[in-house]
Amino acid sequence: MSEIERLQFDVVVIGAGGAGLRAAIEARLQGKKTAIISKSLFGKAHTVMAEGGAAAAMGNANPNDNWQVHFRDTMRGGKFLNNWRMAELHAKEAPDRVWELEAWGALFDRTKEGKISQRNFGGHEYPRLAHVGDRTGLELIRTCQQKIVSLQQDDHKELGDYDAKIQVFAETTITRLLKDDEGKICGAFGYIRETGKFVVFEAPAVVLATGGIGKSFKVTSNSWEYTGDGHALALLAGASLINMEFVQFHPTGMVWPPSVKGILVTESVRGDGGVLRNSDGKRFMFEYIPDVFKDKYATTEEEADRWYEDPDNNRRPPELLPRDEVARAINSEVKAGRGSPHGGVFLDIASRLKAEQIIKRLPSMHHQFKELADVDITAEPMEVGPTCHYVMGGVEVDPDTGAALIPGLFAAGEVSGGMHGSNRLGGNSLSDLLVFGRRAGLGAAEYASEVTATVPESEIEAAMAEALEPYEREGGENPYAVHQELQQTMNDLVGIIRREEELEQAIEALGKLRERVNSVSVEGGRGYHPGWHLALDLRNMVLVSECVAKAALERQESRGGHTRDDYPEMSAEWRKLNLVCRLSDGTVELKRQDMEPMRDDLIGLFELDELKKYLTEGELPSEEK
Amino acid sequence: MGYKAKFRVWRGDAGKGELKDYTVEVNEGEVVLDVIHRLQATEAPDLAVRWNCKAGKCGSCSAEVNGRPRLMCMTRMSTFEENETVTVTPMRTFPVIRDLVTDVSYNYQKAREVPSFDGGDVKPGEFRMQQVDVERSQEFRKCIECFLCNNTCHVIRDHEENKEHFAGPRFLMRVAELEMHPADVADRRQIAQEEFGLGFCNITKCCTEVCPEHIKITDNALIPMKERVVGRRYDPLVWLGSKIGIVKRDKTKETPKA
Repeated sequence: MSEIERLQFDVVVIGAGGAGLRAAIEARLQGKKTAIISKSLFGKAHTVMAEGGAAAAMGNANPNDNWQVHFRDTMRGGKFLNNWRMAELHAKEAPDRVWELEAWGALFDRTKEGKISQRNFGGHEYPRLAHVGDRTGLELIRTCQQKIVSLQQDDHKELGDYDAKIQVFAETTITRLLKDDEGKICGAFGYIRETGKFVVFEAPAVVLATGGIGKSFKVTSNSWEYTGDGHALALLAGASLINMEFVQFHPTGMVWPPSVKGILVTESVRGDGGVLRNSDGKRFMFEYIPDVFKDKYATTEEEADRWYEDPDNNRRPPELLPRDEVARAINSEVKAGRGSPHGGVFLDIASRLKAEQIIKRLPSMHHQFKELADVDITAEPMEVGPTCHYVMGGVEVDPDTGAALIPGLFAAGEVSGGMHGSNRLGGNSLSDLLVFGRRAGLGAAEYASEVTATVPESEIEAAMAEALEPYEREGGENPYAVHQELQQTMNDLVGIIRREEELEQAIEALGKLRERVNSVSVEGGRGYHPGWHLALDLRNMVLVSECVAKAALERQESRGGHTRDDYPEMSAEWRKLNLVCRLSDGTVELKRQDMEPMRDDLIGLFELDELKKYLTEGELPSEEK
Repeated sequence: MGYKAKFRVWRGDAGKGELKDYTVEVNEGEVVLDVIHRLQATEAPDLAVRWNCKAGKCGSCSAEVNGRPRLMCMTRMSTFEENETVTVTPMRTFPVIRDLVTDVSYNYQKAREVPSFDGGDVKPGEFRMQQVDVERSQEFRKCIECFLCNNTCHVIRDHEENKEHFAGPRFLMRVAELEMHPADVADRRQIAQEEFGLGFCNITKCCTEVCPEHIKITDNALIPMKERVVGRRYDPLVWLGSKIGIVKRDKTKETPKA
């Protein structure tokens, strides 16, 4: 065991995107010795990919905006399946979290009064997204990164060591959470990519902030890191996942050339006036306004176009419906033979804005299409189609503290579940990261003040043996081949439109893939060996894929990021239920769990007529209210 | 549509290495990183490469392609002739870890040395800045930290001995970003010259040329920083400007922070 490094911390944060960095900042501000573990280099996490902005009801663009309106929009976007307490905390605290970034040096775009500018986005009633052109995620992560550096400078001044209170472990991957004899979390086990050496982080509190699961799908906007690590680590440690059937397919990913298929085209294109057209040149979204949104969206092009200038007297263009609606509509148009040459639809901003305006407002889109597809978006339309983007499901947590069901385990950001219900609104993830990153950091710090960690040797030995297995096996399969098949399976059978037989096939195929994952082998040294890394990540991807497929088979309705061809309607009975995944003897088990009824003052924020669209008779407030 | 391309890829670790030849399939629309991934998935599963977003947004896959510092994910195969050998080597300025992956910790050390943003006494939510004033620093905040500029800068590219006292274009630009930040109250001019080696820069613009974000590092960050450092006392033009009332801001009178 001499080759294992052992390090002691109060709080260990796994993941260095927005949620992880914000959690770590908070734990350090609470005086806790904090580690940040990043699978990539510091500052490179998937958060940089977020383009549109952070939703926060600051009311800078429209003074009618407030937390109640934001809360309502979030619940509607999630089709009322959201954890209402999370949606409430999120709507209330998002403005403070954005302003705080500004005090740390962030430079958002401005209004004429010099305040933070806010832009329109799908499902948000008012312009609400604080943004920097179309690179808001980069601004958020850079600001948090630089805040951490500034805290390290303070520590260096006071204690002579930059790493005294908050230390970043770049290119380090955690493969197991460690538990003590009482079943509490006591640390995490992982390897350092550069050397392949193992490391044990001993800590009473661990915050999961590992992001999503997109790399289980073939067409995805997600980066290589998104292998469901935190979801799987939580399951393996005995925690529960909720809402795993809800996977968001972003309506607009690039469809051509093949090597960039899936890369995100920001929703801001539509927020700034871009429209979707089919091969007949028709703005087809008018045909796809669902009943629950009928009174909120324009029915003619004229009204839709007036809305950009006069939102108070016109209804919104249907291109700005929540993402699940737009993704399904594009899917239907392509299936009906009205798609673009490369199997998408047309997204047109060129005929809607002047070239200078496009370059100014959407610089990275302009750059991305020019460099990767030879398309000048100021002169011609883009071709776009749905791409796997975000998982609404995740670790079941206490809304206020981010605590999971296992003592000492916390989760925030995409890896946690509940906040977004069945569908996340654009812009709500950057604010989610900040609000719940801070809360989980706070929760972990408070917990770590009362508990100490002792790591049993047997836990370390088991984790090390597991991590070395791919080297022990000889002549096994190539991990890349297994990964490709997993991605194809999920794309074909658990994609945007689902059916019972296909889901059953998927579950069977995943069972076989799990066997194959257990038999992949690698050769060579352990220093920076991508084949070995993938072999270990595959365990997580298969496990999480099983959760998605099983939950998708169980839920016999269509809602948000879960569309069943065989059960196309939304059901109020199903709304009352969360599906909870746990691991029992290595098998994913599914349980139905009742949702907690919404607090009276929150339910009072909605009109009765609207509630009737979502809730059962018995759940409705009495008429006199 | 597809064709077989000749690739030469640097394989090795900190100790030693060599260029290895591969023949590999290339399909329409692919970039160099796609081809490197195909090598990994077929004949070289242990080929080390650092990458992340594959969309030019994270700045992880920096390398030298036919000798030019570039992001592999933004280098399209269609820019090469089909019979051309494509040579991929790691960034030269930083020590090799393995294959195409280099140790870029120099950059993170320099980042720690730049005095952080100081917003003074303004409370969160009370900042008021005009768009025109934030745009100068916003340009520099587009930086994705690919470190290609630092890799290219001749001050350190072949001069290990300069690394200690030179922060490279990336972090001199960070200083400029903070200096031009409308809400920042600190003064970093002295430290830029004395600690970060601004004087080493002789504005050859190599950094600007390789920047994948097309940031005008030299023109908009480094040269204005040099001007600020020189200060009005030694500059007859600024002196004249102040006499006829063109130059209004006078940062030289602010006390440098300890």
